[in-house]
Order: sequence, then C-alpha cells, then structure tokens
Amino acid sequence: MPPLSDHSDAPDDAPVAYSKVADPDRTLIEEAVTINRPASELYQFWRDQTKLAAVMENVVSIVPEGADRFRWTVKAPGDKEVSWVAAITNDIPDRELSWQSEDGADVANSGRIRFEDAELRGTVVRATIAYDPPAGAIGRIVAKLFQREPRIQTRRDLHRFKQLMEAGEIATSARNRRQREERNEDQTITRELEETGA
Amino acid sequence: MKALAWHGKHDVRCDTVDDPEILNPRDAIIRITSTAICGSDLHLYDGYVPAMKPGDILGHEFMGVVEEVGAASTLKKGQRVVVPFTISCGKCYHCEKAQFSACENSNPADKHDIGREGLGQPMSGVFGYSHMTGGYSGGQAEYVRVPFSDVGPLVIPDDSVEDDKVLFLTDILPTGWMAAENADIEPGDTVAVWGCGPVGLFAVQSAFLMGAQRVIAIDHFPHRLELARQFGAETINFERTKVYEALQDMTGGIGPDACIDCVGLEAHGAFADNIIDQIKVSTFLGTDRAHVIRQVIMAARRGGRVSMPGVYGGFVDKFPLGALMEKGLTLKTGQTHVQKYTRPLYTAIAEGKIDSTFLISHRMALEEGPTGYQKFHDEQDTYTKIVLKPGMAGSASLAA
Repeated sequence: MPPLSDHSDAPDDAPVAYSKVADPDRTLIEEAVTINRPASELYQFWRDQTKLAAVMENVVSIVPEGADRFRWTVKAPGDKEVSWVAAITNDIPDRELSWQSEDGADVANSGRIRFEDAELRGTVVRATIAYDPPAGAIGRIVAKLFQREPRIQTRRDLHRFKQLMEAGEIATSARNRRQREERNEDQTITRELEETGA
Repeated sequence: MKALAWHGKHDVRCDTVDDPEILNPRDAIIRITSTAICGSDLHLYDGYVPAMKPGDILGHEFMGVVEEVGAASTLKKGQRVVVPFTISCGKCYHCEKAQFSACENSNPADKHDIGREGLGQPMSGVFGYSHMTGGYSGGQAEYVRVPFSDVGPLVIPDDSVEDDKVLFLTDILPTGWMAAENADIEPGDTVAVWGCGPVGLFAVQSAFLMGAQRVIAIDHFPHRLELARQFGAETINFERTKVYEALQDMTGGIGPDACIDCVGLEAHGAFADNIIDQIKVSTFLGTDRAHVIRQVIMAARRGGRVSMPGVYGGFVDKFPLGALMEKGLTLKTGQTHVQKYTRPLYTAIAEGKIDSTFLISHRMALEEGPTGYQKFHDEQDTYTKIVLKPGMAGSASLAA
C-alpha cells in the first residue's frame, strides 16, 4: 500500500540511529540507560577502560597499551577472537568519552559515551557506536558477530553496567556455580572487581 | 536437595537437584520451612505462561531460616524470614519510590528480551515464575538462593508466631491489600470483588478495613462463597445468578463504586467470550481468557474505579475500551510491591486485625507437591490453600 502522505523529510529531534530513512548500510547503534548514581562515578568507571570487560558479555580483555590506548579482545563465533587497538580521542571529565579504533583493526569502530545529568533520576548514559563492515574472510565472521543483534548486546552491556553501579553486583538467576556455567553467563565481575580493589 | 520442578503442562515432579550456593555478595541461602502453592502457580501448571523450561523449580510463596549469607547480606544465620515473591534491589529509581515490583536490576540482562518484545519493557525478577521474570529457582524446595537479601526478607523476631500466620506476607496478603488500595476505596463505598480465592478473600478483608460499607463477592465454589460471607461480604454465585444485572440491582441501579478482578487470565465459566478465548489460547492464537475483566468494566459505576490484581500475560480481544473511556473509569493494576507492605501487614496480623490462617486447608510434605498441584487444580473448593512443609513425614498430609 502506498503511503497516504510523505512527510519523511520533515526534521525531528529523535536519535538518527532510529531513522527509518537513513543509509541502511551503516551499522549505527544508540542505546541509553538511566543509572541512579552521579555522573562522576560512572565516568570514572569508564575512564579506566580495563574494567569494562567485566560488564561486556563478549569482551575477553581490555589491556592498556600506553596512554589512552587500549587493546580490546572480543569473542567471535567458532571459538575465535578478534582484536583491535582503540584510542580515546575526546575526554571531557564527568561528561563524555569518545574513542576510535586504529588502523589494522579487525573491526573498525568508533563511538562515544555521554553522561547526562538527570537530576533526581541520576545520570542518563548514552552510548553511540558505529561499526564499519569489515572485509575479507575474518571480516565475514566478524560481520556475522556484529550483525547478530549488536543493539541487543549493547543494551545488555549497558544494563549490566547499571546493575553493578546501582546494586553493587550483576544479577544472576543461576542457583549455583554449575548452573551459572551451564547458562554461559559471565558473572565473575564482582569477584574480579573485589580482587582488583575496585 | 528435593525440589518441585515444572516439566510441562500438568507435569510437576519432586526432583533431586543440586543445592543452591551464594553467588553474589548480597545473597542469602534460606532453608525452607513452609511454602505454599499459589493460584498463579496454576497458570504455569496449565501451561499458560510462556518461557518456562523443563526442570525449572517452582514456588514464590515461602519462608524459612537463614542458612548462609553473602558478604553484603544484612541477615544473620538462624534468623526466621518471610521472603517476598518479587525480587528487588532496593537501589534503583523504582525501588526508591517503593515500586518494588518494577525493580530495574533484579532481572538478569540476558532475560530482558522476552519482556521487551511482549510487554514493551522487561519485568522485574520473580522467584520460580518463568524466564520472563528472570528464570530464578523458586522456593518449593528444601533450600533457595535469595538475591538482595538485605532488602526483601522480613525477619520474624518472635519465634512464638508460627509460620502459618506470616507465610502469606510473601504474596497473597499484600496482593489482596494492594488490590483494595488500588480501588481507592472511600467511606460508604460498595466494592465488588470477582474471585474468592486467597487474593479475593484478603481483598474482601482489606476493603472493609479501608472503609467500604458493602463488599459483594463473586465466585461459584460454595466453600469460598461461605468464607467471603464470614468476612461480612454479600455474595453472588455466578452459576446461579446473572452477575451484571444483580450488581446493578443491588447497588440501586448505580453500579459498584469499585470493582476488583481477583481472577485474571483463567476465568471459569461457559460464557461465549470465554469459549472463543479458550479456543484461541489452545490454538496459540494468543489471547487471554478475559471474561471477568470485561464484566468488571461493564458493571462499574460511571466515574468508578477498577483494580486488577489478577494476572494477565498477553493480549485480549473485545476489550470494552469504549466503556472504560466513556464512563471515565480509573484502572489500576500491577504485580504487588510486596516489600512496601510486609511490615505494616505483619503488624496488622500481630494485632489481630487480619486473619491470615483461615485459608489453609491442607498441609503436605514437599514430596507430595505433585499431588498437591493436581488437587489444588481439580478440587478448588476443598483445597483452598496448600502449605508444603519440607521435612514433614511423607503421606501424612493433614486437612487443617
């Protein structure tokens, strides 16, 4: 059925990630979560990027490589791993962090995380991530990984971050360690953080 | 340990499974002393609730003794506790507003997708009630892992107060109370309550405590109608009497000021709309059986209030939206914010203002749970409430 009218060129204030008319080839994710903690506390957690592996399901490790550069190692399908170095390109304390992967990345990506004061509700944490579709054989595997609901993955990662910052732990419904392993949930975060004194 | 596990429609078994363990700092392990089968467990038993997996441990009404605590729990080993069925972190915006059943943190992130798809937002965590509400093992077991144990469990300080008196603080008493609260009862009101199961009977008591002049209770089981009558309600047997017509007449043509649907998605009765709904449910066309809420909305007076504690899970056809709007009704509903009510209702029980033990018709050993489910399902008039006692000698079920 043809549209009754076409006003799709009328501008609006909504995030471009939810556009019906933007370029469909671009993988752009925007997800927001409200966290009942002050922006400075949340920013501090993200500024030390090595802690993020704990809340991000597919991230194996984030290791510093010099000032403001981090090597990310991420699970890929078929027990493979992909890796890249990302540099922090913009840093506004307590407000915003941006990053950009460097040349040679298995998955070229860039993004920004913002911490917006939400007064009584705490802080709105808004992540915007853009992936460049990779080329080559590994690229196809990686594309599969990142096209497999990257938005859901981002949403879950942000929510685990929220749980850790608000409740002090990441919720698991497993009955015991064995069930947790069976369910393949990554719930080692609180112990790791305790060990690192975070 | 032994635990009652769901294996499919009308298939509950007493399995031997591995024990729970402390996994997070705020956890506690509770040794169960009493656990009840809830009317909403029958929705699982009848296969109405999606996202159940074979082997899931049932039970969201339970109490017991603290066996083990995590580093950040405020409970102490040996304390007696009643555990709310809703799991709440106590730290998120909703919990701080005492909207505990809307907790943002108790449902694990990887379980959110079903709720987002089906409801627009994920639900909070609930014990033993499908993977939509987290996939937590329930308390119809010898032991249970209780997350956020510094927020939910109510410590019962007085050992002389027996389990039976406080067990229903887990769910049905606060649910009946919140149902009446959601009806915004004013002095002089006539309140109609559909369903005289446990929640309905607590709603009847609560409505009177909140100032209702009359309560009209609707059911068809004789024992349930008699219990409602004992609490001062007038009754309507829907198999004997035309409910809508009787309500209009009994209220002088006005309609009840407040109407409470304590039935939910499994309304009984051979009504045309129910039969069509039932066919759609059984053929997976995905509607709830909604005869009661339709009748509630049609019966309520203009400008009246509708409270809906009854459980619904999906979509409904022929919902009288026009009546809701044109009559200017207010509809309030939701899973119970149990943690908000446990303390004041414990006081009400202690002061004898609410009778919390009249419901219990049978006590059984945990191992007899599968029979308990079947009896509670098939013989609702006799089996008003079953309490399972782990450790009780088998085959010694007692009628109360």
